[in-house]
Amino acid sequence: MMCSIFHPGLLLIISGLLIPFFKGSKRTLFILIVPFISLLSIWNMPFSNDCSFQYLGYELILINLDSLSRLFITVFMVTVFTAGFFCCKQASSTELSAAYVYAGSATSVVLAGDLISLFVFWELMALASTLLIWSSENKKSYRAGMRYISIHLLGGVILMCGIAGYAYETHSIVFTHIQLNSLSTWLILCGFLLNAGAPPLTAWLADAYPEASFSGMVFLSAFTTKTAVYVLLRGFPGTDLLVYIGLFMIFYGIIYALLENDMRRILAYSIINQVGFMVCGIGIGTQMALNGTAAHAFTHIIYKALLLMSAGSVLYMTGKRKCTDLGGLVQSMPITAVCGIIGALAISSFPLTSGFISKSMITQASSDEHLLWIWLLLQAASAGVFLHAGIKFPWFVFFQKDSGLRPTDPPVNMQISMVFFAAICIVIGVFPSTLYSMLPYSVDYEPYTVSHVTTQLQLLLFSGLAFFLMLPLMKRTLTISLDFDWFYRRLAPFLTTLVLNYLCKGQEIINKIMSTLTSKLFFGNKLNIQLSMGKSVGFIMFFFSILLFYFVVL
Amino acid sequence: MKQNWFYRKNTIKNLRILSITVLWLIVLIEFFIVLHPHFDIEGIFGFYAIFGFLSCVGLIIFAKLLGFLIKRKDGYYDV
Repeated sequence: MMCSIFHPGLLLIISGLLIPFFKGSKRTLFILIVPFISLLSIWNMPFSNDCSFQYLGYELILINLDSLSRLFITVFMVTVFTAGFFCCKQASSTELSAAYVYAGSATSVVLAGDLISLFVFWELMALASTLLIWSSENKKSYRAGMRYISIHLLGGVILMCGIAGYAYETHSIVFTHIQLNSLSTWLILCGFLLNAGAPPLTAWLADAYPEASFSGMVFLSAFTTKTAVYVLLRGFPGTDLLVYIGLFMIFYGIIYALLENDMRRILAYSIINQVGFMVCGIGIGTQMALNGTAAHAFTHIIYKALLLMSAGSVLYMTGKRKCTDLGGLVQSMPITAVCGIIGALAISSFPLTSGFISKSMITQASSDEHLLWIWLLLQAASAGVFLHAGIKFPWFVFFQKDSGLRPTDPPVNMQISMVFFAAICIVIGVFPSTLYSMLPYSVDYEPYTVSHVTTQLQLLLFSGLAFFLMLPLMKRTLTISLDFDWFYRRLAPFLTTLVLNYLCKGQEIINKIMSTLTSKLFFGNKLNIQLSMGKSVGFIMFFFSILLFYFVVL
Repeated sequence: MKQNWFYRKNTIKNLRILSITVLWLIVLIEFFIVLHPHFDIEGIFGFYAIFGFLSCVGLIIFAKLLGFLIKRKDGYYDV
């Protein structure tokens, strides 16, 4: 083994396990210093892949650092630092511990240079994120977490099958550009896409994330989907199929967010929408598109965390998540409202915010490739983002009807975190070169032209007009929207009950026949009772096997 | 209790006037600047404004119609 350099991902994982041993201000100091050290180390490391060792005849590469992985790790560390400070006094040690192991696993996935170590950290990420979903410690989050882990373990199995097949076919486990030319590579793609929230299993994200604690969702929004974007960027750039999958995710996110009443579910659907832009960019596959995707992942993690901190603060101070219960909070929570609005403007790609300088690179790439229909759909989607996240979230939470609620702004650490991220959104928006200089390819793109700013403002402001003119149609109702999770939350249990009922009936008939036979042919009642007991135990075992299967699979 | 600035009738009226003015300005500004359309369709006067507006109207109507089909009461899965 040769690994003389320090591994930021493993540092975070080990630190996560140590968090419960610290209390009070020592814990705060510890959780802040760890991501800071990791960030410093990643910027002082040379670009290389020399941290490797042999295992079962394969060479595992734990650190493969280049400009792309450094970009992702940078934003991961900044998010862990800020989200950690956001909840340093409020969150339990278990939650912080899970969050740090989760962030460390995500970092390790990004650094992994081979498919086996990638897979190991991929699965660790699934386990740690499930613990984070359980952080709100109620029955709903427990069930949502079980559904979440089942879906992700399924994704893990698919990915493992793909990796095993790929290793067998190519005799290599190096994680590099993968050609879609065999079943195993398709399985790897499916495994990656599942974590990105791609169809058909899109529902897990909006089902599980909002059930986490007010701070847990901030961490959750940053890592799983973005590591999926990272591995797609590295493994499958230029795959045409991804353009269409991305477009589906974009519009799926908008439509479901428009129908949604829960503010955190609106933001969860909006994650799928934004990841859709990135997946689409990866599908387009030019240097401009890949740069745009990487930049958009960077800015998205920050403004989405900001939006979720704002929503989390509202949840923390009011205990309410539904738009029907909220409204008018700008009166008593001005800082939370302003930060939420800055996040909303950034996600909508308003000029002078970070989203403007990143998303426009993806649309520009579609234009450069003369993909008219894709370009039109991306423009329509940009307008739609302003509709569902840019206006809808702040409008229904901070403005609209006065709910009568008068919570104050959250504790100081939460406010500082929000202000810090809001400032980053603006700094990147005003000085795009700060981000462009970190991108994998050199950037030949100027976002601030009179033409671009004007057209973007036209698009967004008239989307806003549509929102307010159509407000009666947007009235919030106390409803949820059926999604793909209906199949495993409603249909599967229904079918299981149906089958079990028939099995019970069948068992009763067999019991009757057996008891008649035994009493007539054999030794009368004594044996009959023993046989009946044996059958009952057998039946209970059978019943529990089905339950166990149902529990594990569904 | 004194009504918050955002909820005063006067503020709402002023904000409405300001918004309408900005909407007009951002379209009319096209007379004074040179846009660089890549696709022919971009050359239509006020294309982005019209397209943004119509896209959003379309999305809202589509979501509303889909809502009739897939919306369920809040406690649907709790039963």
